[in-house]
Amino acid sequence: MEKPIIQLDNIQRDFIVGSETVHALRGVSFSIFPGEFVTIMGSSGSGKSTLLNTLGCLDTPSAGEYYLDGYSVRQMGKNERARLRNNKIGFVFQSYNLLPKTNALENVELPLMYNARVSAKFRKEKALQALNDVGLSDRVYHKSNQMSGGQQQRVAIARALVNDPVLILADEATGNLDTRTSVEILVLFQKLHKAGRTIIFVTHNPEIATYSSRNIVLKDGRIIEDIYNQQIESAQKALDLLPALND
Amino acid sequence: MNFTNLFKIALRALGNNKFRGFLTMLGIIIGVASVITMLAIGQGSKQSIQSEISEMGSNMIMIHPGNMERGGVRQEASSMQTLKLADYQSIVDKSSYISACSPSVNSSGQFIYGANNYPSTMYGMSEEYMEIRKIAVKEGDMFTEQDILSSAKVCLVGKTVTDNLFADGENPIGKVIRFNKIPFKIIGTLVPKGYNSMGQDQDNLVLAPYTTVQKRVLAIAYIQSIYASAITEGMTEKATEEITEILRSNHKLKETDEDDFSIRSQEELSSMLTSTTDMMTILLACIAGISLLVGGIGIMNIMYVSVTERTREIGLRMSVGARGIDILAQFLIEAILISITGGLIGVVIGISSSFFVNAVLSWPVYIQPYSVILSFAVCTITGIFFGWYPAKKASELDPIDAIRYE
Repeated sequence: MEKPIIQLDNIQRDFIVGSETVHALRGVSFSIFPGEFVTIMGSSGSGKSTLLNTLGCLDTPSAGEYYLDGYSVRQMGKNERARLRNNKIGFVFQSYNLLPKTNALENVELPLMYNARVSAKFRKEKALQALNDVGLSDRVYHKSNQMSGGQQQRVAIARALVNDPVLILADEATGNLDTRTSVEILVLFQKLHKAGRTIIFVTHNPEIATYSSRNIVLKDGRIIEDIYNQQIESAQKALDLLPALND
Repeated sequence: MNFTNLFKIALRALGNNKFRGFLTMLGIIIGVASVITMLAIGQGSKQSIQSEISEMGSNMIMIHPGNMERGGVRQEASSMQTLKLADYQSIVDKSSYISACSPSVNSSGQFIYGANNYPSTMYGMSEEYMEIRKIAVKEGDMFTEQDILSSAKVCLVGKTVTDNLFADGENPIGKVIRFNKIPFKIIGTLVPKGYNSMGQDQDNLVLAPYTTVQKRVLAIAYIQSIYASAITEGMTEKATEEITEILRSNHKLKETDEDDFSIRSQEELSSMLTSTTDMMTILLACIAGISLLVGGIGIMNIMYVSVTERTREIGLRMSVGARGIDILAQFLIEAILISITGGLIGVVIGISSSFFVNAVLSWPVYIQPYSVILSFAVCTITGIFFGWYPAKKASELDPIDAIRYE
């Protein structure tokens, strides 16, 4: 059997707020294998943000084991986790988080800037390739403030792809976009999924789950549903059904 | 993490905020420029005083009779008669640190030529006096050893005296002027030296053989002072000690007796006169240093605001793999780049404004290399020092909070 990219064993995460202890995650276990497109859903307070932080190696669990691509994250220090993020994970955020006044190429190059083993030449090649993959090869030298929301999110996705991560973590990646642009971004995610990428998409929008291969629902820090989607909808079809822009 | 990348990252970040970077730099620019300019002005005035002092003579040592008690009454030094020609002779014979030596006697009074008269001072000396006091003959000749031996009634005159006695532009050489009813033949004129820093006219003088002044004018057997020149400036002190020994043994002074003469060197005079300008330089440097400090605080302020403003950027950088130390280094490099660039611009402005002060106000300026290096080093250290705290602050941010910071 194939090795899982992600393996969570009874993950717990407690926060101490004042004198109270808040249990954000109360024993979450699942594995994700290469090539899966998983949506993680839940209302606010369900623990999905905490789970996302844990999966993204930004946070460590209070108890339980988390293996990312075979590496145990729980015992890792800050710097080790930074390196792991740099090598294994690509983040896509709701609000894009591009560097201001910086062009698309430089934004995409950013993760590789923090990897000393990557030469300047290779870095640029990779960044151009990633921009091409998200369909922005004609926007390479546009500054982030000269692009639309959809384009900015594409740049962010290219940035997430540039280090060839084992896992792409999207946090409400369509939350700031209008319907049409959202679907366009989902088309892109499905394309990446088809190309064999492993994607985790955290959202509270149930519609997105219809485009993924698996849906995990959290409530009060526990998994209440974990379903493999047998009938993955095509985002491209949904896009074609949308009324054409008449401007 | 490699340094080149960090450098690029910091450079890009600075490039995004050119105007703010420039404003921050301004503090450093003004600080460095003022340190350099102030020190240049301070050093310039010190040097101009020093050069005027060295115009007075070369490594000059002045020996005067000391003020002594006579019957319980302190006598004025100039009335003492303790210095003799024999003292001069033994200094010349025994001292090994002096290159020239001359006895000196002088007398003030009216000099008369035809219908003109002018008050001046006649200095009686030997030829070596010219070397000690840096006086040169312009036209005519210096008197000779023979003139000294024969107490010849010859003299050389300074420009002020010639101008006043020979108002119609007559050639003074060969003319006879009278002083104390004694006729002196002018055998030469002196190169003008102008006024010194204390406002004394250095051209209002008449030079004659010391024997002439001693015997014919003053009718005295003693000499009023002895001037000597140390071989090098560094030997001044040794020469002073040596002369003290010679004179004490000449004057048969006991161990317990105090010196009956006083020796002053040009060095002493110079340090006395430059102490004021030294004080001024320190004061100016302090003021300028404070402005550099204020500039540094400006850097800290901007870096601090910048860290807060760029919290999300920092969060993003951390989430794509920047470690705390990478963030620290980035902000530190930004601060150092600002202060070094500001420092370089400050050096250029400081040097040019020094020349500007010199050209427009014609104040003497002297830019000391150490002041440039010092202020540049200080501003770099300022950058590191004041950049450290905000950079540290940035590196300790939690990426989870930072990335969602509003």
